[in-house]
Formats: sequence, structure tokens, C-alpha cells
Amino acid sequence: MIPRHLIIAVVVLGVMALGMSVYVWRMRGRVARTEASTPNTQPVARPAAGPSEQVTLYVAYDEGGMLRPQAARIPLPSGRQERAEELLRALVDIYLGKSSPHVLGTGSEIRGVYLADPGLVVIDLNAAFANGHRSGVLVEELTLASLVATLSANIPAITQVKILVDGKERESLAGHVDLTAFYDVSRVNQLVTQLAAEP
Amino acid sequence: MPRAESRGYEAIEEEENLKLFASSRLAQVLGRILVLASVLVFSGPNVQKQFSVYSKAANYSVAVVERNGTDYLGLLELLEPLGAVSARQNGDHWKLRYNDVESEFVRGQTRTRIRGNDFNLPGSFVLENGRGLVPILSLSTLLPQILGGPMTLNLFGRRLFIGDVAIHFTAVVVKTDPPTLVMNFGNPVNPMIATEPGKLEMVFTHDAVVAPGSQTLTFDSQAIPSATFEEGNGVAKLMVTTTVPAMASFSNDGRTITVTPASTPLVAAHAPPSGPPALPATVPPVVASRQPGAPVRQRVFAVIDPAHGGDERGAALTDQLQEKDVTLAFARQLRELLGGRGLSAWLERDGDLTLSLDQRAAMSNASGAALYIAVHATSESNGVRLYTALLPSGGPNQGWFLDWDTAQTAFEGLSRTTAASVASGLESQQVSVRNLSAPLRPLNNVVTAAFAIEIGPESDDITQLSSPQYQERLAEAVVSGVAEVRDQLEARRK
Repeated sequence: MIPRHLIIAVVVLGVMALGMSVYVWRMRGRVARTEASTPNTQPVARPAAGPSEQVTLYVAYDEGGMLRPQAARIPLPSGRQERAEELLRALVDIYLGKSSPHVLGTGSEIRGVYLADPGLVVIDLNAAFANGHRSGVLVEELTLASLVATLSANIPAITQVKILVDGKERESLAGHVDLTAFYDVSRVNQLVTQLAAEP
Repeated sequence: MPRAESRGYEAIEEEENLKLFASSRLAQVLGRILVLASVLVFSGPNVQKQFSVYSKAANYSVAVVERNGTDYLGLLELLEPLGAVSARQNGDHWKLRYNDVESEFVRGQTRTRIRGNDFNLPGSFVLENGRGLVPILSLSTLLPQILGGPMTLNLFGRRLFIGDVAIHFTAVVVKTDPPTLVMNFGNPVNPMIATEPGKLEMVFTHDAVVAPGSQTLTFDSQAIPSATFEEGNGVAKLMVTTTVPAMASFSNDGRTITVTPASTPLVAAHAPPSGPPALPATVPPVVASRQPGAPVRQRVFAVIDPAHGGDERGAALTDQLQEKDVTLAFARQLRELLGGRGLSAWLERDGDLTLSLDQRAAMSNASGAALYIAVHATSESNGVRLYTALLPSGGPNQGWFLDWDTAQTAFEGLSRTTAASVASGLESQQVSVRNLSAPLRPLNNVVTAAFAIEIGPESDDITQLSSPQYQERLAEAVVSGVAEVRDQLEARRK
């Protein structure tokens, strides 16, 4: 005959196992529902619409610390603001590519480009762009000059540029190049000339 | 008295009471409108309210929040820098332990218990997300019980002095030509200084400066007729009235501030977004000795600014090597070698100190030096780069006041000449060098010849950056380049 305490123990263990199974089943359902309802916050690249056009991108090269004009064909929309955004995104794509001449941090993006007052352009970078940027005067100013020169070469009548990070003003790009100022394109173009010259 | 007559008196009395009531109501309404109008007129820009504490342990400020029209403070934030403090919430009850003192507060209640005794607060206790808030007015009741010991609470100025920490000062005008106002403080002070026509304002946020005998000091001087002391919103302000543009300089390790009529254009202090430039107590003395009738100004030739420092390490050159350490070591080499050629130089930081860019520019401008050199280091590229300011778009200069963002404008040419001379010096030592402009603050805020040097290793061996031999070689080349243009630099210095 099976001892009574053994029967009780088996019954208790059985009830506990059943309870645990029900609990796990319910938790699994809850997790599935939570995951389904969480919105995907990953940015989705906006497809550029429009015919391909030849543009000039000013590409930074860490090797030699230079800035070189480079012809490229990219699809550009008709709107001035959208064109400016696509130009800079094409430039950032080069920097994020495998054989990048001027490596940017993973996830670097142009959030938007805004044409404000006549002649004023506001470039809004994402936080990953600034946070992942390498620190150094030359390496930071190559990025700044590359962005400004590319816009200036392809969008006429730009006179001033302001750079924001995540929609806010930031003291510097990565500890050196000043982002609090409004830059005169003519002065930045003088820098571009210096950076284009062989060291 | 007949009954009818009595009712008549009652009616007149009632009518008079009504009139009195109506007029008092009218007076109240008018009074409220007047108060509201005064608040709207005099409130000015929306300034963050704060409460400052000065103690031997720390000087700090705590944000003041408004609840139901009353100013409140977080009790935990207030006490944390002063001792061991912890809080525990149990429903509506909030228990606070400061060192060995137990206190208990109840949400929405004015009654509180400290050291086993009951006290009434002038307003109800607020409990928000585990954070206990008490009305500022209750501090005069609470703090002596919780902290014990002597303290002075200035409720109007929102300043609390714990122990014997007050800094007293004297102010006298020395009748030299031009006359100068000399203020001596009991301890080193570090106020923010702003100038505008007719006024030089010093704001003491973390200095326990207290009022002199009188709120208003008058001086027998046409150029500096008076100074006024005010306290409010956790700060003390000393406003010096001047009839000519004036500038302040520090000496005696920050214990003496000298206000002198400016002989050179002032840099507008309104422009920096973070407020007027503050001069830290480490500013070297610009007044070597000062005796009535014989003021002597001893100015350095060059100011060297080792970039970064303190909380701001700069680039991580290797796992162990930080940019702030390399810049300091190189700056010290520069100072020594400049001194060897009879060119006096001082460092804006001679240790691991956090300085803002505005402070760095303000220190250089206050020194009257002929040259400003910012030092940077990088592992991203080889050799040396010299940078002069790439000026941003700026505002117009206003009279004596230069636009802060483009203050370097008048010195652009001389800065480039100096950088070119330094480049020649480096090339003569077979060092790879490049001359560029850069949007690198505070070059654009400096009112003297200015350039930045970014040193990199000669090869891929980054540890070379910390090599004293390599640094000395570069520093010697820089100093020889500077020495070449010494006369031009001195000539532009006023």
C-alpha cells in the first residue's frame, strides 16, 4: 500500500506543475501582445522620388585630411528642401559605406534640412551622428565643411548654415568644432579651399 | 427710545455697514489689480527660482518649485550635500533621517514631528513621487531642529549660511589716474561679471558674500561714484556704477577684485548664451603690486590654454591617454620655453580643472596678453595643425562693446601672421605642419592674436604624444616661431 504522505506529496507537486504551466502560458500570451503593440521606432529611409541628376558631393578623406569634390548621380525630388536632404543623405551614405574615406558612427543620419530665412539652411543631425563622431579638430571640421560645401555647391543662394543635433543646439560636434554659431557659407568655402589643397 | 426710531437707526447703521463693506471690497479688488499689475510689470523674464546654501561642507543651490502659489523646496536635495540623509515613504507618511535625527511628515498636513517633538509648518507638506517638499517659509522652523548649530537664514534673499562661513568685504576707491575701486574679500570669490554702459555687475552665486554695513556704498570719485549690494533668488549682486567703461581684474588668489576704467574696447558680456563670462579664482594676478598713487600693471606676454580638463576629457587618444592630459603637459613645456626666451606666459589651467569656453576667452581678454595659444591633441592624424579662427556670422559692435562671437575680427591678420611664423618654425624642425582656419571656440572670442595648435604623433605610435622629448621638440619650434613675431605682437598690445 502507498503511504498516505507520498500520495499527498505527489498531488501537491502535480497541482504546482499544473499551476506553473498555466502561469507560463499566460505570460507567453502577454509578452506576445506587448511586442505586437510596441511601435517600431527605427527610422525608415524615405525613398527619393524624381529623376537622377548629376550633383557634386564634397567628400572628406581622413587620409591626408582633405576634402575633394566628387561627381555623383542620385535621384532628386523637385522641392528645394527635399533636394537638400537627399544630397546630404547621399553624402552620409558614402561615409557609412564599407570603404568609407571618413568613417561616421553607426546610425548617423540627417534628420532633416530646413530652408528658413532667405539663404539660411538649418541641418538637423541625429544624436548618433554627434555622439558617435570621432573627436578632433580636423576630423570634425572635415565633416562640417563637407556638409556645408555639398549644400552650397548644389543648392543656389545659400548664405548661412546652422547645425542642430536632434533639433537642439549643441556646443560642439564632438568636443571641438563649434555648433552654436551660424556659419557664413562664404567663409566655410574659404576653409573648403584650404582643405582641398594638398597638405 | 421709541421702537420706530430704533428701527430707523438700525437701518442707517446697516446702510453704512453696507457702504463700508462695498468700499472695502472695492479697495481689495483695486489692491489685487495693483498687485497683479506690479507683478506683471516688475516680474521681467522668467528666471529659475533657486535657494543657495553656504556651509563648510559645500556651497550649492537647490531649485525652488511652486505649489499652490507657495515656494517649496525638496528637503532631501537640500540636506544631501550636508550629511548622511535618507528618506522612506509609507503611504502618506514620509520619514526622513538626517545623520541621527528622525523626522516624519504627512502628505497634505502642516503638522510634523522632529526629534520626537511636534511642529507646525506654515504650509502643508507635499509628497510627489517619493519626493518630500516643504514650504521655504518653514525652513526657519525645520532647519534648526534638523541641523542644529548656528545658522543664518535670509528668507528674502533665499540664502542659508550654516556656521561661520560669511564672506565680508571692504571697498575703497584708490585715487590713482585713472581711479580704481579695490574690493578685498575675506576669502577667494568667483563671481560672474557683466558690464554694460554705466554699470559693472558682479553676481556671487556660490560665494557666501554678505552685505557690508550699508546696502549702498558711495565713493568720492566721479568715475566710480557708488556701488550697491543686493540679495535675491539665492545670489548676491554687487553693482558698481561707473561713468566710464570699466573692467574687473582678480588678484591675491581671488581675494581682491579691482575695477579699473577700461583703456581698450570691452568685449560684450551679453553675447555668450550661458551668461556673462565668469572668471575663476585661478585667474593669475594681473596687478602685481598696488600702492596708492603708483599702480603697476604687470601683464603676461602669452596666455596658454590647455584645452579640455576636469569633467571634459577631450578625445580618448588611447585607453589610458586622454587629450586633456597631453594638452596640459605640452602647455607646461610651452610656458617653460617661452619663459626661457624672456616671454612671460601663464596657463589658464595648471591642473585638472573644468573651464567653460566663455571663461577661457574671458580670462585671456582680462589678462591683456599679446598672444593666446590653445593647445589640442589628436590621434586621428599625424604631425601638427595650426588653426586660426573661422569667424561665424556675428552681430554689430556697439560703441565700446565688441560682438562676442566675432571679437577676434580685428586680430585676424596678426593671428594668421603668427600662425604662419610658427608653421615656419615647425617646418625648420622637419615637422609636418598645416595651417588652416577652424570654427574652434574660443578663438573667435579672444581680443588678441590667437591660434590653436593640434599636435598629433609623427607616426602611428600614439604614445609619442605623451613623450616629453617629442613635446619639447614641438614646443621649441613653436616658441621660435612666436619669438620671430614678438615685436609685431607687442606693438598691437595696448
